[in-house]
Amino acid sequence: MLKRYFQNISWVDVFLRVFQIAALIVITIGIYNTVTTGRYTSAQWATLVFAGLAQGSVYALIALGYTLVYGILLMINFAHGEVYMAGAFTGVFLAQYLSNIGFLDSNPFLGVTALILLAGTVSTLIAVLLERIAYRPLRGAPRLVPLITAIGASFALQYTFRGLYGAEFRAYPAVKALSGLVNVFGFNVPLVQLVVLAAAVVFMVALYLFVERTKMGKAMRAVSEDKDVARLMGIDIDKVIVTTFAIGGALAGVAGVFNGLFRPQGVYFFMGFFPGLKAFTAAVLGGIGNLPGAMIGGLLLGVFESLFPNLILEGLGIPSANQLRDAFAFTMLVLILIFRPQGIFGERLAEKKA
Amino acid sequence: MSKRLFALLAALIVASMLLTACGGAQFECDDAIGCVDIAPDEPIHIAYMLTISGATAFLGQDSRGAIEIAIDDRGGELLGHPISLTGEDTLCSAEGGQTAATKVAADPTILGIIGTNCSSEATAAMPTISAAGLVMLSPSNTAPALTLEGETWQPGYFRICHTDLFQGSVAAEFAYNELGSRTAATIHDGSPYADQLQQVFAGRFQELGGTITFQGAVNVGDTDMRTVLTSVAADSPDILYYPIFEPEGPFITAQASEIGGLEGTTLMGADGLLSDSFPENAGPNVVGMYLSGPYVSGAAYDDFLAKWAAKFGGVPPSGFHAFAYDGTNILLNAIEQVAIVDDDGTVHVGRQALRDAITGTTNYTGLTGRLDCSDNDYSAFGIDNPSHGDCATGEALAIFEITQAELDGNWPPPVVYTP
Repeated sequence: MLKRYFQNISWVDVFLRVFQIAALIVITIGIYNTVTTGRYTSAQWATLVFAGLAQGSVYALIALGYTLVYGILLMINFAHGEVYMAGAFTGVFLAQYLSNIGFLDSNPFLGVTALILLAGTVSTLIAVLLERIAYRPLRGAPRLVPLITAIGASFALQYTFRGLYGAEFRAYPAVKALSGLVNVFGFNVPLVQLVVLAAAVVFMVALYLFVERTKMGKAMRAVSEDKDVARLMGIDIDKVIVTTFAIGGALAGVAGVFNGLFRPQGVYFFMGFFPGLKAFTAAVLGGIGNLPGAMIGGLLLGVFESLFPNLILEGLGIPSANQLRDAFAFTMLVLILIFRPQGIFGERLAEKKA
Repeated sequence: MSKRLFALLAALIVASMLLTACGGAQFECDDAIGCVDIAPDEPIHIAYMLTISGATAFLGQDSRGAIEIAIDDRGGELLGHPISLTGEDTLCSAEGGQTAATKVAADPTILGIIGTNCSSEATAAMPTISAAGLVMLSPSNTAPALTLEGETWQPGYFRICHTDLFQGSVAAEFAYNELGSRTAATIHDGSPYADQLQQVFAGRFQELGGTITFQGAVNVGDTDMRTVLTSVAADSPDILYYPIFEPEGPFITAQASEIGGLEGTTLMGADGLLSDSFPENAGPNVVGMYLSGPYVSGAAYDDFLAKWAAKFGGVPPSGFHAFAYDGTNILLNAIEQVAIVDDDGTVHVGRQALRDAITGTTNYTGLTGRLDCSDNDYSAFGIDNPSHGDCATGEALAIFEITQAELDGNWPPPVVYTP
């Protein structure tokens, strides 16, 4: 038995195992050093965790778009970050208008709902157009082709919006009704972060129910299992795919407004690139093609990158740890993929899908 | 054989000298790095290299408007030739500066340049500009290294605005003496401007007796500043100095309100954030924040503002227009001074002569006070390198405080301290 075990393991397995253990030791040392120095108060850690959760819920909403499209078309829609930018960028103009006429302060709920509707609609339109113009003509093409198209579409969208709205940075106005602090477990947390987190969870649960409980959701699941058989069963594949892009786009637009609520600055034409990349990372982290995976992956990534530079990197004595945050987020991805190649919630893909 | 060849050559040279002498009015360029010849029907060509699009467009538009006003003030003419102004967008990046420099250097009719706005642009552009024999006068590059020999200084570079040796020191003195701060933290964004400025600030602050608790950096493009702010908050410094740009500056300003431990920390930025869009973008936490930057006043300046309002409407969007105006005048004066005009109106300008003429501008009174472009000695700041091309004398600097009025749209903010 033991002999057979040793025969089956290769040098790669040994290397990976050693790497896993080394990574765990390094992380433990980092955390131990930071915690024992007591440099930060528990309130400061709480700030980082809740900010990370709010950031993570934005990642999660964007990540759902990646994972939905991947689940159905086995394609990475790299222009999805731009779909998010389109909604956020358009929403900022309505937000500034509503703030100037005082509507956002007198009717915050209606005002934010209007923002969500506008941003969601714009992002949905962009996502559907993207599918119709850039991806549908290439559906039978090798998988590398739509990937390159997606990158081209991404640039085209960025510079279209640069032309439309200009290259200046804009900022969402502060919503007074959301500006207070709330006491959670004895920590003062900005209300807006909790609202963003809660609202994002509502949208995610709604999506999950839609996919699991409705007829369209069933059709989506069928197409994701096997496109050809689904077509034989009388499912309109094009309609399912357009719906998928539309839902992904709407969620990205919503994410754009939420991002504007809790972190108002820096709205411009290039704002979608990094969140897009991070959300893709979150989708892979959770297991791409898996809806709960994208949600959890997004939240985890948000907390990781908010908390870990101070928690782990500072403990290891690495200077200006915050500058390494992006590198660290992607390192976490590599680590998790070494421990679990299919992602946290991913199933091992069958040969055909992989 | 070679003797004969030599004799022939000598004869030819003597002959050519005679021919030149016979020509009488014929101009012979004896300038070390060449001349520009402007035919009677050609304009006098100067160029700008400014950041006129994108997030820092306010800087470029601010400077460009002032250059146009300076040209208008001369009736658009110099030595009987119309003044032609062309320009390149430098995008506030090293790449943009390099590209613009290559284009400008390729045009032999250009006499001089007003630019650049961002120090990173100038650092990348100057080797090309200098090798082409051009002069460049910057209205808003503030990085100290640009005028230090042995650092990034190149012949032909002049700076009309203050070096950050002045700005950083004034900021540190204000923080220590006026605000009574004893501990400070700084954040930069890796650009030559921000990094050198926070170094000067930190050095002067420590010299005065203060303690620097943290010197960190963010990446350009970062949106979440809570991580770095939490590192700052661990020591709860009296003042946080972040001489960076938008949008990272507004992110820090807004997010600082959320971090426990920063309640008693005063926020302070520099001229990179001195833009009319900054208070609105940063949000309510901007009230009570201080900015260091250029400050110009006086009757001549009011006159300039009236011209601006008549030509463009409103007020200039940033604080460097007066330096651009003075720079343009220094350049045009120097051209006038060294130009050799033929009887038919042809103008010849020696490029080295032009450089020397600007360096020789030692007592020019402009909108921004007395300007002296001769060499400087910065040993008082602990810098031993010889310095060339700094025209500012340290006047025209102030600390501004952003109040609720600026958040509501007023600009510029009130001055609370001048050195």
